[in-house]
Amino acid sequence: MSVVDRQEWDVVVVGAGGAGLRAAIEARERGARTAVICKSLFGKAHTVMAEGGIAAAMGNVNSGDNWEVHFRDTMRGGKFLNQWRMAELHAREAPDRVWELETWGALFDRTKDGRISQRNFGGHEYPRLAHVGDRTGLELIRTLQQKIVSLQQEDMKETGDYESRLKVYQECTVTRVLKDGERVSGVFCYERESGRFFTLEAPSVVIATGGIGKSFKVTSNSWEYTGDGHALALLAGAPLLNMEFVQFHPTGMVWPPSVKGILVTESVRGDGGVLRNSEGKRFMFDYIPDVFKEKYAQSEEEGDRWYEDPDHNRRPPELLPRDEVARAINSEVKAGRGSPHGGVFLDVSTRMPAEVIRRRLPSMYHQFKELADVDITAEAMEVGPTCHYVMGGIAVDSDTAAARGVPGLFAAGEVAGGMHGSNRLGGNSLSDLLVFGRRAGWHAAEYAAGLTGEDTRPPVDDAQVDAAAAEALRPFSAEGPESVPASADGVTAVSQPPENPYTLHQELQQAMNDLVGIIRREAEMEQALEKLAELRVRARRAGVEGHRQFNPGWHLALDLRNMLLVSECVARAALERAESRGGHTREDHPAMERSWRRINLLCRLADPTGGLAATDPVAGQIDLVNETTRPIRPDLLALFEKEELVKYLAEEELYE
Amino acid sequence: MSSYEARFKVWRGDVKGGGLEDFGVEVNEGEVVLDIIHRLQATQAPDLAVRWNCKAGKCGSCSAEINGRPRLMCMTRMSVFTREETITVTPLRAFPVVRDLVTDVGFNYDKARQVPAFVPPAGVGPGEYRMMQEDVDRSQEFRKCIECFLCQDTCHVVRDHEENKPAFAGPRFLMRVAELDMHPLDSAADSGLDRKATAQDEHGLGYCNITKCCTEVCPEGIRITDNALIPLKERAVDRKYDPLVWLGSKIGRRRT
Amino acid sequence: MATGTEPHLNSGGVRTGTRAAIAAPHLRTDRWWLAPAATAAGLLAFVVYSTWRAFADTHYYAAPYVSPFYSPCLAERCGTMRAGPNADLFGSWWTLSPAIIILVFPLGFRLTCYYYRKAYYRGFWASPPACAVAEPHKKYTGETRFPLILQNIHRYFFYAALVVAGVLTYDTVLSFRDEHYAWGHMGLGTLVFLVNITLIWAYTLSCHSCRHIVGGKLKHFSKHPVRYRMWQWVGKLNARHMLLAWASLVSVALADFYVYLVASGAFDDPRFF
Repeated sequence: MSVVDRQEWDVVVVGAGGAGLRAAIEARERGARTAVICKSLFGKAHTVMAEGGIAAAMGNVNSGDNWEVHFRDTMRGGKFLNQWRMAELHAREAPDRVWELETWGALFDRTKDGRISQRNFGGHEYPRLAHVGDRTGLELIRTLQQKIVSLQQEDMKETGDYESRLKVYQECTVTRVLKDGERVSGVFCYERESGRFFTLEAPSVVIATGGIGKSFKVTSNSWEYTGDGHALALLAGAPLLNMEFVQFHPTGMVWPPSVKGILVTESVRGDGGVLRNSEGKRFMFDYIPDVFKEKYAQSEEEGDRWYEDPDHNRRPPELLPRDEVARAINSEVKAGRGSPHGGVFLDVSTRMPAEVIRRRLPSMYHQFKELADVDITAEAMEVGPTCHYVMGGIAVDSDTAAARGVPGLFAAGEVAGGMHGSNRLGGNSLSDLLVFGRRAGWHAAEYAAGLTGEDTRPPVDDAQVDAAAAEALRPFSAEGPESVPASADGVTAVSQPPENPYTLHQELQQAMNDLVGIIRREAEMEQALEKLAELRVRARRAGVEGHRQFNPGWHLALDLRNMLLVSECVARAALERAESRGGHTREDHPAMERSWRRINLLCRLADPTGGLAATDPVAGQIDLVNETTRPIRPDLLALFEKEELVKYLAEEELYE
Repeated sequence: MSSYEARFKVWRGDVKGGGLEDFGVEVNEGEVVLDIIHRLQATQAPDLAVRWNCKAGKCGSCSAEINGRPRLMCMTRMSVFTREETITVTPLRAFPVVRDLVTDVGFNYDKARQVPAFVPPAGVGPGEYRMMQEDVDRSQEFRKCIECFLCQDTCHVVRDHEENKPAFAGPRFLMRVAELDMHPLDSAADSGLDRKATAQDEHGLGYCNITKCCTEVCPEGIRITDNALIPLKERAVDRKYDPLVWLGSKIGRRRT
Repeated sequence: MATGTEPHLNSGGVRTGTRAAIAAPHLRTDRWWLAPAATAAGLLAFVVYSTWRAFADTHYYAAPYVSPFYSPCLAERCGTMRAGPNADLFGSWWTLSPAIIILVFPLGFRLTCYYYRKAYYRGFWASPPACAVAEPHKKYTGETRFPLILQNIHRYFFYAALVVAGVLTYDTVLSFRDEHYAWGHMGLGTLVFLVNITLIWAYTLSCHSCRHIVGGKLKHFSKHPVRYRMWQWVGKLNARHMLLAWASLVSVALADFYVYLVASGAFDDPRFF
């Protein structure tokens, strides 16, 4: 069995999106031999879907901007649940990370004086998002990809081999993080094209796999977003943090059905787009929550003036943080004031000349024209909430991006938790990838370099490799229920055929969408946990046809394990948190509770030995722990007005 | 519009051989070809291999040939076909097939490595870059490229002549050379690299006979031929066939 | 892993080697052959017409109109055109039609034009006949070697075409005379000439080489605002290069045909004033 190909590296980065590539660049530049492994082709990662921009307080457009303002906006957006140290590092380092991209060849849109142009976005006080039209993610991924290629060209010159120090294993999937005792020793992977197994041995593993959206039916996420990294970390013994916080982007396409969920960038609103219900009313003015009352325009006139004169007017409420807008749209549709296909209207056609729309929002124009036959320069778009981002993720150390409790494991990007608190601001994602991708690569390389000599490199355990291989091959030998109990009427049930992984996936998506979606209720989440337990049992019988060579049915069967694990984390944490905050809205607990601000919910694997088919929905496979966070550093707290803090912080925190 | 049953022919097989397989499959309003391929996977052929990611025309993964034309499956709406039509879907025919609709696009990654990277200007630190919008417009158009490789697939230089692959970078990577040559701060020339000349000498610009198929298939609407390839040819002419420039370089004066 | 595959050096195209085994040279279901066939037919028609007219050596002048095929007329055998574009540069030894001397330049300009190249590579040489339709040739080297590498001299033909267009502009000015060379008159022929010269200029200036020379070669537009504006303007014309190529091809043939009709007496030029 153990004739699995093995290769040695210093750092292995799982995932080739913005965070993964940035980590790989950093690790390689710090001297670590680095491998990147990704499920798709190199350069196709989900980061390309990011449209609006990279938030960085460069102050190019409004010189009033600086890292402290950015920090404040981020904390407010996250309803003060953010790991404040991460939010601080993020706000401080983002400008350097953006500028660095220019030295690698990125071409952002420019201001009149030749600097990087910045645009307005929801929750950001000043125009802050460096952007390239509405394809900023593509620019980011291409720049990083080309930087990697340029490093490989350097290596080629020096060593005669492009891949001697930095190699991308594309279209490969990691199914297990291997360990030597507590420490990481490598990863177990399969190549999608051939189905061949291999292991990469490395003391440092950076997880940068992105999010979990494919567990939901209506999502802006691509097929890759099956929560692989979250599950890998859980299975390796690392805890996940605050998984109940899932961001539903307020504006996804709602029609036609086949494109339901595809993202409509927030730049549409940042550039002047307004939301209207079926009565033609700009309803967002009715949904400004108390904590934001002073920051947003109270009349349409003031909101409209803001686009021209942001210093003397307040911003329109269409630019509230995403959670607020998503909930508002949800309420309007529920109240019967929705559009024909169950969304609301997002209109730029009456706000900007057609020429400007085509120039500033080219991909949106293209997307609606091609996919929905809608000309956004002449008519309104129909939009509704779509599952977009998970704020929760692997619990990491703020400075080093190291996962808790598993030496050698690091995480960055969407898969890491904490940075965004209960809700992420638009534009903070791309900067998060760069800031913490770099930090993860840096500390992963440092950790690997700290282990010198043969004996300190953690060896890979053959038994783990064999177990991982057996687990990966199970779908090919799937059969009906192992023991068939006699049913009540005494007739023995015949053996059932294997489960179709596509069917299981659809049922999972439907359940998560309906029962753990944008508005949550206790009974529904309990029902979801039961459904997940049932799916878990059936998923063990998921079988596939054909052979191992590029077999999508098999790949999905393997991804189901991850989606089920992550979905249970989301449902369990959402059931536990009895309040509404950011990306977590409880109908039965509609208010934000100051007492919950300090509480983090940590998910761990209940049975670390790997008994994954726990059938009891109450116990499940996940243990949940409440943990009180460290108090916010006083100098950071001092950046806020006292009157604002009392809305968020518990009494005892204020007077500590 | 109601749903109906469409007739599909999908190429299935691998490098050892294969053929077009017939399917009847349900089509609903507003769907694209990729939706239909997914329905085939979920209901009739679970191991049908296909590459895809974003399903919104942004990643360039789901390139295939539909009724013989290179296209993105996610951006080809079913409504462009009549209900009676049989729709044929095959993998890209310029690259080695891996399985079903998946091809080995390694050619493109090899070519990407052969184009020397952006050379940052000496003495200009991060944050000090100043570029005017009109100076970055041209390169920005080329950076819209989603690397779907449809232009590489349709270009007859390599599609019809496998033996030209070593010498010809293809439209995508000639466009990359043009992008860098037009980048307002690229300092390749200062490091002794003449991108204009290498376009012809190393990347096979001369093979291009500007028949514009790359522009025709580009899902991003980039005017590859008019804005990248022809200007690059003209720049090569500047370097190699313009007697004034030739004379200028002989007497030691370099024009930029 | 989808990288690092060496190309297979066997000659051949879509039906060979490691590519998907599909016997058909193409699977297109639309009328892909229509465009190259129409192009070939159009170009052929012009070649036949212009060959006839160029070698005819007659009926090319009817005061005040000179056929664009014979302008400037540079041999002794040219008919007299008062204040017209004739100069006896070649003397009497030139015994062929004087059109040949001058037609070389516009012909070279159009032959090396980036649009016409596409048109005849597709229409006449089937290289390729249409996108994703296999071409019939065993080998292909494109414009990498003689003679096609000479396509690179397009810009010199562009310079020559500027001169020719200048001469034709002069002819158009002269067409504001009547048949007795008195100024201030206009006939239907003047209108034909006006349309023709406008299209000739538009086609000439929309040339890719022109676009390159006026500004495309610059790295920093911001430092050359005038040339940047010119580049943008030529760019707009350039986007219609194909249309202008055809329109001016038809108009130049029509202008010549008009002169032929008037000169041969088949048609009387209606005078406006």
